[in-house]
Amino acid sequence: MKPEWKDFVGGKWQHEVNVRDFIQKNYHPYDGDESFLAGPTQNTKDLWAMVTELSKKEREAGGVLDMDTKVISTITSHGPGYLDKSKETIVGFQTDKPFKRSMQPYGGIRMAEKACADNGYTVDPEISEFFSVHRKTHNAGCFDAYNDEMRACRSSHVITGLPDAYGRGRIIGDYRRIALYGIDYLIEDKIAQKNSTGRVMTDDVIRLREELSEQITALKMMKEMAASYGCDISKPASNVQEAIQATYFGYLAAVKEQNGAAMSLGRTSTFIDCFAERDLKNGTFTEEQIQEFVDHFIMKLRCVKFARTPEYNQIFAGDPVWVTESIGGVGVDGRHMVTKMSFRYLHTLENLGAAPEPNLTVLWSTRLPESFKKFCANISITTSSIQYENDDLMRVTHGDDYGIACCVSSMRIGKEMQFFGARANLAKCLLYALNGGVDEVTKKQVGPKYRPVEGDYLDYDDVMAKYTDMMEWLADVYVNTLNVIHYMHDKYCYERAQMALHDRDVRRYFATGMAGLSVVADSLSAIKYAKVKVIRDEDGIITDFETTGDFPKYGNDDDRVDEIAQELVHKFMTMIRRHHTYRNGFPTMSVLTITSNVTYGKATGNTPDGRRKGQPFAPGANPMHNRDTHGAVASLSSVAKLPFMDSQDGISNTFTIVPGALGKDDQIFAGDIEVDLNR
Amino acid sequence: MIGKIHSLESFGTVDGPGVRYVVFVQGCPMRCAYCHNPDTWEINAGTPMEPEYIIEQFERNRSFYESGGITVTGGEPLLQIDFLIDLFTKAKEKNIHTCIDTSGIAFNPESPELLKKYDTLMAVTDLIMLDIKHIDPEHHIKLCKQKNDNILAFAKYTGEKNVDLWIRHVVVPGLTDEDEYLYKLGYFIGELPNLKALDVLPYHTMGVVKYEKLGIEYPLKGTPAMTQKEAIEKKKVILDGIRAKRKELGLSESTDHLTEGDE
Repeated sequence: MKPEWKDFVGGKWQHEVNVRDFIQKNYHPYDGDESFLAGPTQNTKDLWAMVTELSKKEREAGGVLDMDTKVISTITSHGPGYLDKSKETIVGFQTDKPFKRSMQPYGGIRMAEKACADNGYTVDPEISEFFSVHRKTHNAGCFDAYNDEMRACRSSHVITGLPDAYGRGRIIGDYRRIALYGIDYLIEDKIAQKNSTGRVMTDDVIRLREELSEQITALKMMKEMAASYGCDISKPASNVQEAIQATYFGYLAAVKEQNGAAMSLGRTSTFIDCFAERDLKNGTFTEEQIQEFVDHFIMKLRCVKFARTPEYNQIFAGDPVWVTESIGGVGVDGRHMVTKMSFRYLHTLENLGAAPEPNLTVLWSTRLPESFKKFCANISITTSSIQYENDDLMRVTHGDDYGIACCVSSMRIGKEMQFFGARANLAKCLLYALNGGVDEVTKKQVGPKYRPVEGDYLDYDDVMAKYTDMMEWLADVYVNTLNVIHYMHDKYCYERAQMALHDRDVRRYFATGMAGLSVVADSLSAIKYAKVKVIRDEDGIITDFETTGDFPKYGNDDDRVDEIAQELVHKFMTMIRRHHTYRNGFPTMSVLTITSNVTYGKATGNTPDGRRKGQPFAPGANPMHNRDTHGAVASLSSVAKLPFMDSQDGISNTFTIVPGALGKDDQIFAGDIEVDLNR
Repeated sequence: MIGKIHSLESFGTVDGPGVRYVVFVQGCPMRCAYCHNPDTWEINAGTPMEPEYIIEQFERNRSFYESGGITVTGGEPLLQIDFLIDLFTKAKEKNIHTCIDTSGIAFNPESPELLKKYDTLMAVTDLIMLDIKHIDPEHHIKLCKQKNDNILAFAKYTGEKNVDLWIRHVVVPGLTDEDEYLYKLGYFIGELPNLKALDVLPYHTMGVVKYEKLGIEYPLKGTPAMTQKEAIEKKKVILDGIRAKRKELGLSESTDHLTEGDE
């Protein structure tokens, strides 16, 4: 046994890269309450005051404090950066100083230029020239391969938010591997993988070998980067501070090279706790010291920043990084996976104050210990900063070592990754069905020239038949557009750092998504149960509707319309599945726009449900605003009926409630959100 | 038996213990100055609904209500006592916790026929939340345009039937916050053996919008909302009254159990 592994329970993990096995053999479930937690140290307070000050300056400067315009960001491109070296227990910034945004042109040089220009900076002309003339980017690759139809769909926004000009993100490296095994062992493992590839040089084998080489390079660079901070990560971590630091270096390498739409952390807390428990037992560190490491780690995660354009920030309502960390959950052996570290991570919201990043996500199960549930509820009430996900649902397909990328995408850490695919606008697609493929806003023929709806009133069966045809078309062009995107992303903007921390053969989820679910469900319900008259403009295009009579609305636990929504999800997923996917990706779908629903609504005309042109869609799988009139339970029940197996990449529901509505003095409800669906 | 329903709320957290399915019935004879549901006053309105429908709605999401149940409020639930009996009988068959949130105004101890119905209802009711608007008869008339003798009689009646009782009282600055009457209120309810909780609610102005919508003049224009802190002080006065009465009756003076459960 390696000396760094002393006192750990051995197992398979010693002979192969198997972090899950290590966790299962070594973690200590914690059933107690939060009374053991330590407050912030003076150093923590000082450092956080510096971050707060920098944030303030950044806001005053219009959103960006400093940008790199000369150095292309790589794992080793920048020397070490600090807030205050003497006080930081966990170190590392993306560039040589905090709040300085790095330049990452591989996704697209124009995006990088625009991000700089919009913030008052200019990319070094030599770099611009290099990426325009000598080295193609992901973005340029996509547009080389797109056909006219794809371009038309893209500009009409019937397919939208596509990661063809920015990093796709959503790939979580198993950053814990560095802490458990050290880089040298991981490099050896990767070399062995490379030597184990097939001998016949097919496209796939060539690509795999090239990627493995890239991964090995990335691992070497991580070691070098850590060394520049005076840290040796070639060997396993020997205590909790080193374990956190090594894990963070892995993550840091990823965000130095990828400006992804979501750069999530994974599921690190229970892993880290194994080290913390050992250190507490051996007297290596005190609780206060361990909390300080965690606070400093979380502080670093809060300082991750990317150069982005105002348009990007508009789509995503801000400048999110989606540093999602998944906490808790239950193991397949039935033991819950809450440890003291789960408390410590959430406690940072108290020590450092509330913050949207990192996106602390509790994998909720009815079987989590009561004390932890109460703690979560209290933190939610005081900080509104915890995201919850249904572990009982996801554990069935993903086991007990999965993490969430972005807000809902689940994947086994180090074993599965995702090709992020934005979403198709199903509401606009409905309007295309009515208008024979003509866009209701631009009046251009975007979809196929099918026969439009005739007559003044909409007939449900007629509309459904036409809509089904139009959805088939949309699924086809959508999946094929994504095939182009992911081919090019792998080719020109490969995530070598994250993929170095994956197994050789990963499962690739081919993620798709739909926007406008509740708009379509209510529109179809209106057509079915009320009377919908169409109003055509001077060009004969249907641009408005007159609805008489009432109709059931999604969000009221009314099966008449909820079944329409369910069917829609099932139908579109079935269509997606019928297509070839790049690298045999496993097709999934999400119903999850949390912020971009506003943008999608802007690009979509009047809809039969009464929604006006430009009005936002509901977020994710939410019912439309103010249409759920029977209270939260009925509203949630409508959402809960959507078939998870047809929407495996996640279903989101944005739920806002003032604490007072959860019981008088916010008290009744703390810890009392138990819902056992089996009873 | 069909009920006249104003609306249904699937996620009630302030109308009884736990998460509750809340039925707002239509129609109320009271005209309390601070009423925040004036849209439920009209008696000849509402959506007709069968108890079976309500039970079915409850049952399909029962898992949310494990520690809660059904609460009927309004409007005045006891105006539709036949419907209430039907609904609660069916609820008890399914082992659902039942609760009425009432003003008690529809009670009449003089009518044997009505009393019989009340007896039947009490047998299928787990909890009554009785809102006593004002202990003083004169003030009560001014405040609610109704007398309070039947209301107080109803309070005593629930004691005889020994159905769990929560007393609710809204404290409105200048109207229902006089210590003298608060003490009297406590003194009155102090003898009720079934009293389980005392809920003192600070007056809020969230109802104003509804008045504007309905075109009714808001009777408490200009009255400020009461703070949580003040309400807690007022609650102490009522508790004093309760203790005094209990001392007189030689009962346990502890009111500890009245300060929990409802907050």
